[in-house]
Amino acid sequence: MSAQLKSPAIERHTIAVLVDNEAGVLARVIGLFSGRGYNIESLTVAEVDHAARTSRVTIVTSGTPQVIEQIEAQLGRLVAVHRVHNWTTAAPGIEREMALVKVVGTGEKRVEAMRLGEIFRCHIVDTTLTSFVFEITGAPSKIDQFVELMRPLGLVDVSRTGVAAIARGPEAM
Amino acid sequence: MDKDGKALTGAPTGAIELSGAEMVIRALKDQGVTHIFGYPGGAVLPIYDALFQSEGIVHVLVRHEQGAVHAAEGYARSTGKPGVVLVTSGPGATNAVTGLTDALMDSIPLVVLTGQVATHLIGNDAFQECDTVGITRPCTKHNWLVKDVNELSRTLHEAFQIATTGRPGPVVVDIPKDVQFKKGPYVSPEAVRHRTYRPRTEPDLAAIVKAIDMMAHAKKPVFYTGGGIVNAGPDASRLLRELVEVTGFPITSTLMGLGCFPASDPHWLGMLGMHGTYEANNAMHDADLIVCLGARFDDRVTGAIEKFAPHAKKIHLDIDASQINKNVRVDLPIVADAAKALKEMLHFWKTQKRKADAAALKSWWAEIDGWRAKKSLAFRNSKTLIKPQHAIQRLYALTKDKDVYITTEVGQHQMWAAQHFHFDKPNRWMTSGGLGTMGYGLPAAVGVQIAHPDSLVIDIAGEASVQMTMQEMSTAVQYDLPIKIFILNNEYMGMVRQWQQLLHGGRYSHSYSEALPDFVKLAEAYGAVGLRASTPDELDAKIEEMIAVKRPVLFDCRVDPKENCYPMIPSGAAHNEMILSDAEEEATQVSDEGKMLV
Repeated sequence: MSAQLKSPAIERHTIAVLVDNEAGVLARVIGLFSGRGYNIESLTVAEVDHAARTSRVTIVTSGTPQVIEQIEAQLGRLVAVHRVHNWTTAAPGIEREMALVKVVGTGEKRVEAMRLGEIFRCHIVDTTLTSFVFEITGAPSKIDQFVELMRPLGLVDVSRTGVAAIARGPEAM
Repeated sequence: MDKDGKALTGAPTGAIELSGAEMVIRALKDQGVTHIFGYPGGAVLPIYDALFQSEGIVHVLVRHEQGAVHAAEGYARSTGKPGVVLVTSGPGATNAVTGLTDALMDSIPLVVLTGQVATHLIGNDAFQECDTVGITRPCTKHNWLVKDVNELSRTLHEAFQIATTGRPGPVVVDIPKDVQFKKGPYVSPEAVRHRTYRPRTEPDLAAIVKAIDMMAHAKKPVFYTGGGIVNAGPDASRLLRELVEVTGFPITSTLMGLGCFPASDPHWLGMLGMHGTYEANNAMHDADLIVCLGARFDDRVTGAIEKFAPHAKKIHLDIDASQINKNVRVDLPIVADAAKALKEMLHFWKTQKRKADAAALKSWWAEIDGWRAKKSLAFRNSKTLIKPQHAIQRLYALTKDKDVYITTEVGQHQMWAAQHFHFDKPNRWMTSGGLGTMGYGLPAAVGVQIAHPDSLVIDIAGEASVQMTMQEMSTAVQYDLPIKIFILNNEYMGMVRQWQQLLHGGRYSHSYSEALPDFVKLAEAYGAVGLRASTPDELDAKIEEMIAVKRPVLFDCRVDPKENCYPMIPSGAAHNEMILSDAEEEATQVSDEGKMLV
């Protein structure tokens, strides 16, 4: 990338890609990012239409506006890609992420963790006398915040799904 | 899966049953393929067996798979048809990777068929197994591993569709050996339509109208054209000529686009870029409108990007949307096939009775003529040493009235060929532009000569490059291909030496070949003809002898080993900061940032 394209501010974008669910399609998408030096902050992929054999990949990436434009164009060039949609530049949609958060502790810390879990509307999906596993769903920033709060309370493990995104209103991708 | 497979391929009931190997041959024939380049091996034996038992496809046996791919590139570039390659698994596939990458960078349509170990062995580190689709994913436009024979014919037809439409490029179809033996229904090309792939070719007419409006108001316009015009077919070149004629604008081209516009036309400025002409680069720098047609603002063309064309509005026509705003931000993008867009530009220019600004153009041409007067391609000739530029000029003078095709290797000789050999037609110039692959030219010449058996095919080569794929001389001899390998032998990797002189204090680290073969004897060992010219006096006679010989020739043209390629935009400099000679080069200080650029 040239200096001309590097100077503008780095932006964070959520991009959804509808792809044919065929062998190696995820490697094509990921290979494009690594090969051209783009960032992946998170990536989510699953089949969304079994009959049509399509999967949806949702990628959170960062770059200058020019780089983001290139990412969209390069994704659009892949033969297995049906559509590319940028949820950040288009009318912002809903972004949600799920995380499983394991906290180990006893006494006051354990009670505080549970109390905060309730405030964040977590489900407790596993418990022992010394541990909880919280299931939390929300915007990535909400999950970041919860994880930070759990850190001094005995956080030992986090598993996050990455972002899923969809449009508001009647519009589809 | 059988049921699903059949439903997806849309095979009519009663479709003919063929083995996978037979399907390959049948699909090639149905796609109009007459020549393939290849090398057999264990994992493609069934296909070679089917080939043996069929008629109508000529197989050219190369000596290395890289040679097969470059030959297919030469075939494709000189005909406008896809080049087809057949190689085995493992090393057969990995040897094809350089050619695939070359074709991807230069948008050459290729269909490369690779054998693979049997499906039940995939992933077992079997003999001659490699992850071909994994390795070739980043160097193909698309690729497939076909594990089900019911999918094979459909995949082959899709492969041709994807390789040849939109922005052309190489594709790989990897076929396990058991799939080649299995029988399944054959689907003909008409029954196949890809699920998602729909390249955009029609221009947005509003953008076209805006473009001609910008053109009509321009005071210092220039057309900057590239390989996209070649790929859009002969119509695009014809329409380009007409557009230049009606507008009167100057025109330059990238290395890849040479021949799309006749070099003999007065509107022609010569090639632009690092070793382009003074007039082309200064016109780009001072232009107020750049109309880019089928080129991609490559770093060899733009020079320092922050100093590139500071006063110009830019129109960018490209069939590939990802090229827009990639290196340079443009004011008006047009995503379309070049021939279709040019046709509409001409249509609206005429029907709207547009006129270029004649007075402004007149003074613009006066400026350009001032730059032309610099004669930036001039060089000091010698009575004792053959200057490489002189050798190309003589080669051009003695062949220009013939039906000639030129390929090149990569380096100084390639740039001298681009500067001093002139083309009036597209598809006559085959060179490795994007990847810069030493060793491209000799096998490419094989492919060109296969496609044009009666034409004069010359590889303008360097002695370093040509040794990378020299083994293909054996192919040329086997198929009676009278290719002419015209080696500008300066004993150095000349371009490396030139950069070491400019950037590394004249420390010529490993750029001199201390041992070279005797190319005349080497030619004879292959069963070809060897010729040598060592002095300017004997050059013409030897070139004429080379042309007269109807056999493959290695021509050892001993040139001045110290000659450098000028003019040149040094690394990190702008279009108007060209250096024209060694004297200027010595005075040039390349910045530290510039040194980091290649």
